[in-house]
Amino acid sequence: MVIKVLGGGCANCKKLMENAKKAAEELEIQASFEEVKDIEKIMSYGVMRTPALVVDEKLIFSGRVAGVEEIKEVLKKEAGK
Amino acid sequence: MFLPVQKFADFLTYSIFKIPQGSKLSSAVNFFIFDTIKIFILLFVIVFIITFIRTFFSPEKTRDILSHRKQNIYIAHILAALLGIVTPFCSCSAVPLFIGFVEAGIPLGVTFSYLIAAPMVNEVALGLLYANFGLKIAIIYVFSGEIIAIVSGILIGKLNLERYVEDYVFKIKVANVQYQEEKKTLKKRMSETLEFTVQLIKKVWIFVVVGIGIGAFLHGYIPTGALAKIAGKNNPFAVIFATVLGIPLYSNAAGIIPLVSEFKRLGVSMGTSLSFMMSVTALSLPEMILLRRVLKPRLLAIFAAIVGCGIIITGYLFNLILE
Repeated sequence: MVIKVLGGGCANCKKLMENAKKAAEELEIQASFEEVKDIEKIMSYGVMRTPALVVDEKLIFSGRVAGVEEIKEVLKKEAGK
Repeated sequence: MFLPVQKFADFLTYSIFKIPQGSKLSSAVNFFIFDTIKIFILLFVIVFIITFIRTFFSPEKTRDILSHRKQNIYIAHILAALLGIVTPFCSCSAVPLFIGFVEAGIPLGVTFSYLIAAPMVNEVALGLLYANFGLKIAIIYVFSGEIIAIVSGILIGKLNLERYVEDYVFKIKVANVQYQEEKKTLKKRMSETLEFTVQLIKKVWIFVVVGIGIGAFLHGYIPTGALAKIAGKNNPFAVIFATVLGIPLYSNAAGIIPLVSEFKRLGVSMGTSLSFMMSVTALSLPEMILLRRVLKPRLLAIFAAIVGCGIIITGYLFNLILE
């Protein structure tokens, strides 16, 4: 599973990355993490608000910092299919 | 409405801390407890309401509203400035927002009306102004922020400054994904709103408390009218000075408003204080640095100058109206 956080590296983006890592760890999901800071790449996902969460190239949400529990739900769903 | 809070503050001051009633210390402590609780209650309520309204709006939706309907350009400016209040906005998002809007064919000036309104009408500032000075000042604040955003946007639009946008902005291909709005139940909206409100208050509470603390200190030790000479009505440059002073102070926005009532007692006029606060929230250095990535220095300077002038004019206007 490839998990990406899109954002310019502000505190919110870091927090989201932290939460995503924790969520994957708690679910024992093998995942690689990437911070996407390049504005062209961010725009290529059609995102206008950062931070955004992308799992396996699918945009999950943008513009907010989700909690660990919520991300766990998302990862379970994405891993299950 | 805040009678129970007053009772609680009295109880703490006189029964728990056993500070004799009528002393200077007791009135300061009592004032500090009462004010802190009152401000946080109002701040929580107002941020919660605004955040809840915001769950119904997204920049993606705003972009669609502004780009699809071919409306009168002035109506577009007004719409953009209004949407600027209600769309969630983190200053980190300024760059992707800007590119997204320009790519969608929204005129540069309209984009600026939006970009100016969003930080200018700030929910924390609004909450604190209401808590400290009541509804009238809060409404004036929103109104003048909107006017500045609309007029500045129109001016930037008229100046045809597209060539001062970094070239790569026009080359970026924005994925043509029809953004799927998350389906949200009322319960989810509420819990999201609550989460965001708590996060925001966690972020600003220290500034608010420090602000109230400094206010309490000034209250006890600095005589009334001490700043009247340098920042009062009679100094024609006070507003300009306050605006310039506010630019590098972004992170302290939440701490400044609890101070404003003290400023007033010390002789600073209301318009000067409001200019200071608007400059703190709308012309922040960190945001300028972010915007530099999409705007050439010239346009950035024009943007800052127009918004700065707007804030200064508002300050003078308030000094005329409110004094």
